[in-house]
Amino acid sequence: MWGLAGLIIIFPLLGLLINLFIGNRLSRKWIGVIACGSVALSCLATIVFAVLFHFNYPAEGSIEANWYQWIVSGSFVVDFGFRIDWLSLVMALTVSFVGFLIHVYSVGYMWEDPGYRRYFIYLNLFMMMMLMLVMANNLGLLFVGWEGVGLCSYLLIGFWFEKHSASEAGKKAFIVNRIGDFGFLLGMLLIYREFGSLNFNVIEANMGEHVASQIILGIALLLFCGAAGKSAQFPLHVWLPDAMEGPTPVSALIHAATMVTAGVYMVSRMGFLYEQSPYALMIVTGIGLFTAFFAATMAVVNKDFKRVLAYSTISQLGYMFAACGAGAYVAAIFHLITHAFFKALLFMGSGSVMHALGGELNIEKMGGVKEKMKWTALTFVIASLAISGIIPFAGFWSKDAILAAVWHKYGPVIWIIGIVTAILTAFYIFRLVFEVFYSERRVEEKTWDHAHESPPAMIRPMMILALFSIIIGFVGLPFKRFNLIERALATVLPVAHGTEVSVANEIILMIIVLAGALFSIYLAFTFYMKKRNYLDTLLASFKKIHHVLINKYFVDEIYHKIIIAPLWYVSDKFLYKIIDVFMIDGSVDGIAHISRGTGKYLRKIQSGNTRSYAFAIVIGMLLIFIYYFWKIHKG
Amino acid sequence: MELYYYLIVSLIVFIIGMIGFFIRRNLITLLMCVELMLNAANLALMVFGTKWGWIEAQAIVLLVMTVAAAEVAVGLALMIVVYKHYSHLFIDQMTKLKG
Repeated sequence: MWGLAGLIIIFPLLGLLINLFIGNRLSRKWIGVIACGSVALSCLATIVFAVLFHFNYPAEGSIEANWYQWIVSGSFVVDFGFRIDWLSLVMALTVSFVGFLIHVYSVGYMWEDPGYRRYFIYLNLFMMMMLMLVMANNLGLLFVGWEGVGLCSYLLIGFWFEKHSASEAGKKAFIVNRIGDFGFLLGMLLIYREFGSLNFNVIEANMGEHVASQIILGIALLLFCGAAGKSAQFPLHVWLPDAMEGPTPVSALIHAATMVTAGVYMVSRMGFLYEQSPYALMIVTGIGLFTAFFAATMAVVNKDFKRVLAYSTISQLGYMFAACGAGAYVAAIFHLITHAFFKALLFMGSGSVMHALGGELNIEKMGGVKEKMKWTALTFVIASLAISGIIPFAGFWSKDAILAAVWHKYGPVIWIIGIVTAILTAFYIFRLVFEVFYSERRVEEKTWDHAHESPPAMIRPMMILALFSIIIGFVGLPFKRFNLIERALATVLPVAHGTEVSVANEIILMIIVLAGALFSIYLAFTFYMKKRNYLDTLLASFKKIHHVLINKYFVDEIYHKIIIAPLWYVSDKFLYKIIDVFMIDGSVDGIAHISRGTGKYLRKIQSGNTRSYAFAIVIGMLLIFIYYFWKIHKG
Repeated sequence: MELYYYLIVSLIVFIIGMIGFFIRRNLITLLMCVELMLNAANLALMVFGTKWGWIEAQAIVLLVMTVAAAEVAVGLALMIVVYKHYSHLFIDQMTKLKG
């Protein structure tokens, strides 16, 4: 029966195949129905399996369903198999549910695009790969999904490939991800060498055996390298802001809700390994929190609607890694889930505004959009409250869980970075809210006349997500009895024992976070609604910092200087001019020249004169005779 | 050792054919020269067949003569075509295969 869990993956595959092979004969409506329907089916299948799993709960907390052996090479075996436990079910549920809503939204958003069918084929392929990633029972199959979603990300970022910037952004995302994947692959090989298998259960079972701590650290860091590439952590974060070149639903699905969280999922899945290495945990938290802060500062100044959200995503992912590093894997996954809902909603809101304003992305040319788009504004505000961590919206509970874990494990100094980031988060997101929806109108008259609320296909998924952004946090209330998500995930993920924060402490921490968020919302309100002239004074006094921030800390420029430019130089001066032109072309052309040169002389033998041919034959025969006579006489 | 004389005859006939092939220009003459060489070879074969008491040699010679007859038929037919094309049969002026 559990083998049927493969259906969760098969449904999107079927949808993709139908649209691929007979989609050209179907109307747009039917293509949309098939694409959305297949994801809805896999969402339903996930729910069914979750219910079944709940009622047939196995003692060891997980079930393995192997379909067949995919790679067999000596002792190296990779199964095509699924692992059903609460972690994979919760992930699959989030992915397929948010994915379904975004599919529906896409029908409205992409309705007039000429690449409608291609778009849904890619999107279904993405769903299939993402679900494979979370359902896999070994690192090998996980890696297939991992690369598959990377491919879909590339295809969808460069979806409008006629636009140069879009195809460049796709390439950048792919190459930066490859750097991370290289680390991941090495980590996998090292795991195989040390533990003899890639299956999660086997690795965990062999964990107790004596393996040098340096090797554990090496594996942990190599895997984290892959996670950092996929989840856009410093220093591999550069691809995500550029990925906003893709269609907005893609940003919502891939670059906010699901694919970029694969890194967090993988680190949580391998949590038992990370737990063995305190240094690795410190590095994960360090990179996570640094990225959270670093990205948040860039989000504060950026003027591009979607890029602000992209930096916000990087920052929130940083939080999740910080939680992983603090041993609070449950909190990381919890934040991953709440983030999937509200961040997808934020992106959908930005898409809705873009749709209305003819593709405008510069927030300085917006303002007052609320008048024309009541629902978009309402849902966007809900999502913003959720991400800012205002009680009782989803983000409050998950962010609180993370900050409490960091406080507990690494103490107040590290915790302060988290708090400052939370404050920045509230500020930049409400900057968007006020700049776009509530401040005075700066939209050009012509665009304004065309502005309209988005069609129901787009608005309804947003309403559903808004509802979930409010209520999803209640699955993880920070009190033992009510913490459903912890009760479920603690069966899979390592939980730090005896380190629960006391209730009084917990409440004090909550109040601090809340106060900080409210204060920065007030600050954003002052700057962007009431006293806009404050901004100019502020900009004038912090000109240098602003310059650094708006140029994204010059990271792209540094990469260009130290990596890309030398590569180009070597490619041009050495690989192209010497290897390619001189050696390869030289040898190939040289062979051609030799043949032609010798041919030039040899052709004279071909006189066309029959007599000379006959003469050659006679001479040849004579030579053979002479040879044999000589041989006989000698012998 | 009287077989020795047959071999000399064979050699002479062969050389006549060969020299003829080199110095004559007319295609028909060349064909005749080729036939001479062929028959000289036949004769030599017969000589050695007799010498070693190898009866199959005679069969081979008959076969070669049959093939040669067929070859002459094809050769003459070709010559007619060549003549229609060039209006002459001088081998020196047929150098279309020059590289």
